[in-house]
Amino acid sequence: MTSPLSEAAVGHLLRELAPQVLGAVARRHGDFDAAEDAVQEALLAAATQWPAQGVPANPRGWLYHVALRRMTDHVRSEMARRRREDAVATQVWADWAFVPPPGGDVGVDGDDTLVLLFMCCHPALTPPSAIALTLRAVGGLTTAEIASAFLVPEATMAQRISRAKASIKASGIPFAMPTPAERGERLRAVLQVLYLVFNEGYTSSAGADLNRPDLSNEAIRLTRAVHALLPDDGEVAGLLALMLLTDARRAARTGPHGELIPLDEQDRTLWDRALVDEGVALVSAALSRGSAGPYQLQAAIAALHDEAPSTEATDWPQIHALYGLLRRMTDNPMAALSHAISAAMVHGPAAGLEMVAALDADPRIAGHFRLDAVRGHLHQMAGEPERAIAHYRAAARRTASTPERDYLLTKAATLAATLAAAQPQAPSGE
Amino acid sequence: MKFLLMMNAPYGQAGDHEIFSWPPEAIQAHVDYWGELNRELKEAGEFVGVHALTPPKQARIVRAGSDGLPAITDGPFPESKEFLAGFWTVDVESAERALQIAAKASAAPGPDGEPLHMAIEVRQVMSAPASDQA
Repeated sequence: MTSPLSEAAVGHLLRELAPQVLGAVARRHGDFDAAEDAVQEALLAAATQWPAQGVPANPRGWLYHVALRRMTDHVRSEMARRRREDAVATQVWADWAFVPPPGGDVGVDGDDTLVLLFMCCHPALTPPSAIALTLRAVGGLTTAEIASAFLVPEATMAQRISRAKASIKASGIPFAMPTPAERGERLRAVLQVLYLVFNEGYTSSAGADLNRPDLSNEAIRLTRAVHALLPDDGEVAGLLALMLLTDARRAARTGPHGELIPLDEQDRTLWDRALVDEGVALVSAALSRGSAGPYQLQAAIAALHDEAPSTEATDWPQIHALYGLLRRMTDNPMAALSHAISAAMVHGPAAGLEMVAALDADPRIAGHFRLDAVRGHLHQMAGEPERAIAHYRAAARRTASTPERDYLLTKAATLAATLAAAQPQAPSGE
Repeated sequence: MKFLLMMNAPYGQAGDHEIFSWPPEAIQAHVDYWGELNRELKEAGEFVGVHALTPPKQARIVRAGSDGLPAITDGPFPESKEFLAGFWTVDVESAERALQIAAKASAAPGPDGEPLHMAIEVRQVMSAPASDQA
C-alpha cells in the first residue's frame, strides 16, 4: 500500500479500472453474472479500504485478485451444496481454485470494454435496464450511486440490475464480440443507451445534489472510451461531439434558481470554449470522412449554434438544411419539429407554423406539449401575443417537466403583462 | 417515468375506514393482497415507496390565517364520499404500466372477498427532462 488518495480520486480510479477488471474476470470464467457481482464487491471493498490504507501498488491486480477470490468463495459454497447432492467433476473445481496473487499482472484487453457495452446494451433489454447495467458494469458506479442518480431506493435499482442480468443469461448471449454482421446494429444500441444516460444527466442537473453522480460526465467518459477504441467510426465521434457541444452550454442553461434558460436567451460568454472547440474539431473530422449519420448531423447543428455569437447571427439556412437531411434519414417527428423552427428562422413564422400543422397528423407527436410550445414561440415571433399565450399555457399544462412548465408559464405571463400594459386604461368611474 | 397512485376508499357507516368492522379472514386477505402487490413491484424494480394513511378522523386541515396564525380544523372534507387511504410511488416504463398497477390495486378484496373497486387516481410525477432548445 503506497500513495494516499482522496475518496473522490479513488472513486475516479475505480471507475476507470472497473470494466478492465470485469472484462478479465468474465473472459476467464465466462460467467458474466457472477463476475459482475464479484467485481462490484471488490470495488466496494476498495472504496472503503483504499482511502484509509492507501492505494495498492498494482490496483488492477488487487481488484482482480479480490474479485476472483469472491468468485471462488461463491463457487466453493455452490460446489459444497452440489457435492451433497451428487458427485461433481473435479476439473470444474480446478478451474476455479487458482487465484493469482494480488500484485500479479492482469492481461487487459481493450476490446473488453466494447464487449461489455455490447452485452449491457443488448436490444433484448429495456432502456432503463440497459442504462442501469451499463452504469454498473462498464461505468463502475455502485448500485447506491445509480439509485441516487435516478431517485429510486437502492433495493429497487439492485432488482432492476439483477433482472437485466437474468435476461442476458436467459438469452444465452456469450461473453464475446458480436459477429461483424451484427456489430453495426449492436453499436447503434450502445450509442442510444449512452445518449440516454447523457440526457438524463443533462436535464436533471438543475439543483444537483453533490452526492448524486453526474450522469452527463459519466456518459461523456464512456463515450470517450468507445471513441478511443473505435476512432474511425463517424457516429461514435458524432455522438461524443454532440455531447461535448451540448455540455458546453451547461453553465448558461439554468439561472440562479435552477430555472430554464433557452438557447436564444443564454449568456454565450458562459459557454465552455474548450468543449466547443473539441466538439467542433471532432465533428468536422468525422464529416470530412463522408457518409454522415444522425449523431454527426445533430452535432453539426449544435456546432453551428455554439459557434454563433447570437441567435440572429446563427447560420439558420445551414441548420435548416441539416434538419432536412436528419428528418429524411431518421423519420423522427422531433427532428421534423426542429425543422419547422429552422424554417421559421429562414422563411418567417408562417412557414414554420404550416410545417407544425402538418405534424398534428403524426400520432407519435400529436398532442405533445412541445408542439404547443413551438406554436407559442412562432405566434410570438409573428406578433400574435394572444395566440402565443394560449399555446404557451396549453404546453405548460401538458409537460411533465417542472422547469419546462415554469418557463412556459413565465413566458405566457410576461406576454400577458406586456399586453395589459399596452391596453388603454379604462376610464375610472367618477 | 414516475407515477403517484392514490387509493381513494369509501367512507364507512361510521365515516371512517370500513375495514375496522371486517371479519378477520377478510382483513387478512386484504393485507395479503397488498403484500403481494408490493412484492411484485419490488421484484420488477418499479417500487419507489408506499404509504398507508391513518383514518380520516385523525386528519387536521391547516390553513394560514390572515392574522399570521394558522387555522386548524378537523378534516378532510366531510361532504366527500371518499378519502385518501394510501399511496404508492412507482417508477415504470410507460403510463400503461402505471394504469395496470392501479387496476390491480383497485381490485383488492373487501369484506366478502369480492373486489372493492376502489378509485385509484394515477398522476405522473413531474420529473421529465427539460431542454434548452425550443
